[in-house]
Amino acid sequence: MEVIYTGVRQTAEEIVNAAIQEDVDVIGVSMHSGTHLAIAPKIMKLLKENSAENKQVVFGGIINKNDVPTLKKAGVREVFGSGTNTSRITQFIKEIIT
Amino acid sequence: MKLASKVLEGDVLAAARLMRVIEDEAPSALDELKDLYAHTGRAYVVGVAGAPGSGKSTLLDCLITAFRKKDMKVGVIAVDPTSHFTGGAILGDRIRMQSYGVDKDVFIRSLATRGWRGGLSKATVNTVHVLDAMGKDIIFVEAVGSGQGEIDIARVADTALIILTPGAGDEIQMMKAGIMEAADIFVINKADRDGAYDLKSSLEILLMMKSHLPGEWEPKIVMTEAISGKGTEELAEEILRHKDFLISSGELEKRRRAKARLELMMAIEGSLMNRIDENIDKDYLEKMVDDVMHRRVSPLSAASEIIKPFIK
Repeated sequence: MEVIYTGVRQTAEEIVNAAIQEDVDVIGVSMHSGTHLAIAPKIMKLLKENSAENKQVVFGGIINKNDVPTLKKAGVREVFGSGTNTSRITQFIKEIIT
Repeated sequence: MKLASKVLEGDVLAAARLMRVIEDEAPSALDELKDLYAHTGRAYVVGVAGAPGSGKSTLLDCLITAFRKKDMKVGVIAVDPTSHFTGGAILGDRIRMQSYGVDKDVFIRSLATRGWRGGLSKATVNTVHVLDAMGKDIIFVEAVGSGQGEIDIARVADTALIILTPGAGDEIQMMKAGIMEAADIFVINKADRDGAYDLKSSLEILLMMKSHLPGEWEPKIVMTEAISGKGTEELAEEILRHKDFLISSGELEKRRRAKARLELMMAIEGSLMNRIDENIDKDYLEKMVDDVMHRRVSPLSAASEIIKPFIK
């Protein structure tokens, strides 16, 4: 896997722009600020507007378990809380890109 | 055919997809590049080489700023190494170029070396073509720093930059064959650090020892502090000064001819290898490997034997 790391505090526009330029299969959003409910729909909307909905989105980090259904409803494929085993994440990614 | 025409229309998604197709060496890449090639040759290519940690990406961020101020469209190819053990890569150069996150006239693409020897990725040359066809005025190619990397960069670029930093033992690095000849502009980054001006003096002495024919380009040394942007406008001007020199002296024509020759030879080599790879009997090949290992035949003789049926 080739991972493009863009750094912290990226806006939804920056994330989607990078995802498009790099032609990624999966976007992994790592959250530590608690703004996941705000940013997830923005990302999904931008992907749609740019005809890039085939790029799948997963979230990870410090996310309240109660928010997971909302995120999934917005289109996020999976949410990995902190401490998730890396191999679980890579396995999931392998599955969703086939 | 279908991606190429979209790229020419300005479709960014198509351009990104084509770059991927090229990287993956999909068969369709050949056709797409055939269609695209006639629309390339306009962009000016700047190679940026330097040891890891020398500040290449940070410097690039400043250079993008400088060239955007001149209303030029910018392309960047940032190359990072693929792990020989896992085959994967972390491509982290975008972190330093965040100012351009949403500028439509800046296209940044990360490439992993994927096992290519030296500092340049296999797909780099063709990715430059895509950026060129997209209408970028200037394309920066940032390579993994290694002695070989500097030399490879110079073959792809119109202007080759080498980034040095004080205290990195660079004096020895510089004297290694090829680097002195490969660079058009030397940049001493982190110039606020101790030893920066000593490094400059050492470099000036080495450059003086190199004989210059009248009318030849004399590489300049630019001091920068990329973290604050200091010296980067001067660097941008120096790049343009080099470009003007190349054009007025006829040197650009010579370099582009050498580039074309190199690309053609690389393509021939690639085509031949593919042909052989596709048509060779795997068991026969393994038997040859075995013979070579047990000294029953030398590698050169084995190679001649293998190539024979492909050459009439």
